[in-house]
Amino acid sequence: MAGKLKIRVDQDKCQGHARCKSLAPELFDLDEYGNAHEAGDGTVPAGLEDKAYLAQSNCPEIAIEVTEE
Amino acid sequence: MSDSASIMPEHPPVTDWINDFDHTDPAWTENPFPIWEKLRAASPVVHTERFLGCYMPTTYQAVKEIAYDTEHFSSRRVIVRDVRPEITARAPPITSDPPEHKPAKQLLLPPFTPDAMKKLEPRVRAICNELIDEFIADGKCDAAARYTKHVPVRAIAHMLGIPEKDGDLFIKWIHSILELGIKDENALMEAVREMTGYFAAHLEQRRKDPTDDLISTLMKARDKDGNPLPDEHVLGSLRLLLIAGIDTTWSAIGSSLWHLAKTPDDRERLVKEPELMPLAVEELLRAYSPVTMAREVMKETTVCGCPIKPGNMVLLSFPAANRDPAMFPDADKVVIDRKENRHAAFGLGIHRCVGSNLARMEMTVAIEEWLKRIPDFRLDPAGKVTWSEGTVRGPRQLPLLFGKTN
Repeated sequence: MAGKLKIRVDQDKCQGHARCKSLAPELFDLDEYGNAHEAGDGTVPAGLEDKAYLAQSNCPEIAIEVTEE
Repeated sequence: MSDSASIMPEHPPVTDWINDFDHTDPAWTENPFPIWEKLRAASPVVHTERFLGCYMPTTYQAVKEIAYDTEHFSSRRVIVRDVRPEITARAPPITSDPPEHKPAKQLLLPPFTPDAMKKLEPRVRAICNELIDEFIADGKCDAAARYTKHVPVRAIAHMLGIPEKDGDLFIKWIHSILELGIKDENALMEAVREMTGYFAAHLEQRRKDPTDDLISTLMKARDKDGNPLPDEHVLGSLRLLLIAGIDTTWSAIGSSLWHLAKTPDDRERLVKEPELMPLAVEELLRAYSPVTMAREVMKETTVCGCPIKPGNMVLLSFPAANRDPAMFPDADKVVIDRKENRHAAFGLGIHRCVGSNLARMEMTVAIEEWLKRIPDFRLDPAGKVTWSEGTVRGPRQLPLLFGKTN
């Protein structure tokens, strides 16, 4: 539980459902086509861990990875 | 629909659902959920000889495998029908396969991002309130005829830059294509011809006098070599946006209001806790997904262990996938604050609905504005709820009474 979380969106899997952006707007950015990328280097700021997991568990394409550093 | 029943070749009633399913059977139209449960219990993929041969994946996993497999399953036909005429009117990108699919889709995506939808949202809120103003004093209304139908029609007309008052024409075409067209080739072709003529006139007008709307955006689009799209491509995409953008969202908003009318607990909770709306909208999309797509089998393969043979169509039921208890605990219950919800209402894989952000915004706004003005409502026992037949499912008559029961 102590480690920092990092998220990554797999660009081959993302189809632009944008569920992550709606659930965790602080953690994801969308490109001009509406496909998602992790914001910044993907590090999840403290306090937003639940949102990272919520976004992951709602991605229909299973495109979001959450890892503990 | 009763007005068209007389000209449709009748399908014999279904007695053996597992080996002879028919998604146009009145029992399916009325209440498909127990039928899907029965089919799912029998096999992950079932088959019917109807529609010149058609499979239906019944589980989330089987639907997903087919949606991801563009090698064996083509999108060149996206509606399961009685006939399979030669393909003439394409509607890229929905009817496209790789490698043509991606460039055609990328042209359409930028106008439909969540940010683009935020700009459209105030107009949609105003549309909803204009509609409610027309019937709220009556204390009741047929919400399908007077509200849910008009929200997406006016919104897409606004985006395309065509008169919102042409909405009745669009609704007529869509009914001909998505409902009558399953069994009546002439009705479908006539509607396609009329739509194409209608949009061709708008293209002509914009060549003389360019505008700042979605039609002009498509006309200005260039392919990789810098060439404009052929008119046929632009017209096909416009037909798609109109067909896909209207009765789908009409259905989703209608089913949502139908659910809230008969489920006071969920309705009261949404009024008290409006912050639940994003989760509620996804759950209503899951439980009452309106859209069933199709694929055509191109090569022999297997799906979840079931043999699949070319020459058949596939009824790709995202709504049935979304009711699979192996994927969603309490799949048959609406859990208005469901946290984990990888529903497939907008498809899976490369054909994810281009308009999903538009549909979500329209649903959210239409439910929010309705609840603000009419927090208490119920089904009118004197009326009858009726459902559309075929590819898109939603209420076509939704008689509601406003106010508390006592």
